Amino acid sequence: MSAPSSAAAALRTRRIWRESAVNLMYLPAVALFVVFIVIPVVQGVAIALTNWDGYSAQRSFVGLDNFARIFTDENFATALRNTFIFGVGSTLIQQVLGLLFAVLLDRKFRGRGFARAVIYLPVLVSPVVMGTMYYLVFRYHQGALNDILGVLGIAQVSWLSDVNVAVAVIVLINSVQFMGVSMLIYLSGLQGIPAEIKEAASLDGATGWRQFFAITVPQLTPAFAASVVLNLIGGLKLYDIIQVLTGGGPGYATNSLSTLIGRTYFGNQAAGYAAAQGIVLFLIIVVCTIALNWWFDRTRNRLEN
Amino acid sequence: MRAPTKALVAVILVVGAAIQLIPFYLAITTAFKAGSDLSSVWFFPFAEATWSNFAEAITSGGILRATLNSAIVTVVSTALVCILAALASYPLARRRTTTNRAVEFVILAVMMVPPLAILVPLYSLLNGMGLLNTYLGLILPLTCLELPRAIFLYTQFLRSVPLSLEEAARMDGASRVQTLWMIVFPLLKPVTATVIILTAVYVWNEFALSSYIMYSTDMRTIAPSIAAFFGANGSNVNAAVAASLIGVIPMLIAYLFLQRYFMKGMLAGAEK
Repeated sequence: MSAPSSAAAALRTRRIWRESAVNLMYLPAVALFVVFIVIPVVQGVAIALTNWDGYSAQRSFVGLDNFARIFTDENFATALRNTFIFGVGSTLIQQVLGLLFAVLLDRKFRGRGFARAVIYLPVLVSPVVMGTMYYLVFRYHQGALNDILGVLGIAQVSWLSDVNVAVAVIVLINSVQFMGVSMLIYLSGLQGIPAEIKEAASLDGATGWRQFFAITVPQLTPAFAASVVLNLIGGLKLYDIIQVLTGGGPGYATNSLSTLIGRTYFGNQAAGYAAAQGIVLFLIIVVCTIALNWWFDRTRNRLEN
Repeated sequence: MRAPTKALVAVILVVGAAIQLIPFYLAITTAFKAGSDLSSVWFFPFAEATWSNFAEAITSGGILRATLNSAIVTVVSTALVCILAALASYPLARRRTTTNRAVEFVILAVMMVPPLAILVPLYSLLNGMGLLNTYLGLILPLTCLELPRAIFLYTQFLRSVPLSLEEAARMDGASRVQTLWMIVFPLLKPVTATVIILTAVYVWNEFALSSYIMYSTDMRTIAPSIAAFFGANGSNVNAAVAASLIGVIPMLIAYLFLQRYFMKGMLAGAEK
């Protein structure tokens, strides 16, 4: 190689380095992720293969025992079932309510800003506070709902200690709290639909419900995708409201995987097993998210062709 | 709209607003009632209203200290999230190399990690670093969990900003750092309002990790302090409700002031 061309090569290398120096800007964020997310995830796998109790120095390798235990553990099966009920149930309710309020609050009228703010309000409140406030609604003695039932002369309901009712109540509270998020996503979706499309549809005779299903709903596909994925991840992770309202009880009956993990680790000192449960929860969320994204991408492509 | 439709819409909106507001109303009536008051939760105790629940929340629940702790954790985490996310988004939005696409994908994947799934290793990691029960020990993990969404918002926003402004600044002889500081970062103001509100609300309200990491009473943040009234001290619901109201007030005030700006930012950001 002659001298000038090697100098040119050196110059090029230097330019590439100069150009990629801008990548240094994401280094701090990536470093934090590595320390506090990636390393814990990897360590979680290592801990899940041991019988560690969470505090002693002693632990021994037990292979896949903790994962095998998941298949025979009734409490895990209950928590898994509940996790899916919380995730799917609140996702469905939030889409219906979020879309309903987005459509109603899309047209201009007096008090629209106030109505939007009120629907969104609970999003700002901690789920712990939400659970505390809704405890006043659903508790047996002096509960707001049972007081009404009493006045009407209807038998009172044990909303929180009857397992099936309690699971439904948790789904409802979570949905009502976060329907404002879905509403905002759908509102921005509605505002993104060009007016010409709607006008053209009206001229062709598509109005009211027909216009809604033929024009609006397909145009909202990206909003559906964002809202459904966000709500589903939130529902599958559910922890706070359960912890406050029922503590996972009676017994283990209303646990989600998240509350079960806390209890397995700190209540039963089974850190290895809790780590294994954590990996399963993570995998469930990853699989659901990827599957949904794939399905929505396919739907979008089909609609565009 | 025809009259019946109009009426139906009004009814739905009123019911929706009532559902969202009634729990707050019940919390207020309960917070001013003595524990021995067995009147219906629907009625405000005009004759016997008492501040004792608030006093209880402050003295035995340490709610003021918890508010201070939450304020420290929230302010520092939110500032860190804004700075680190704004920095990270620039190369991700402007240099679409294979490496950077991969980095962006990994960052978005972090959004899927449920905090409880990494509870065991995170807890022992913080223990090993001596960060359990310290502000930094809560700030760093919460910052990490909030960074992906902020990076996503900033990156999306930057992609919608034309390159021409930056190019013009470079032509005028501004250095890269000057261009970033004087041109790019000021552009990020509106989306920063959204990031600040979303992050602050999450950190202020966070319960799961906060309750495990801040185990001592004087380090506890708001949400675990409220929940504690259901546990250790028996079930003191009235005090828990009073504590809830105290904990909610700062967020409500912030929302009242930023509400218009926030809605606008959220709606505008998603449109692009």
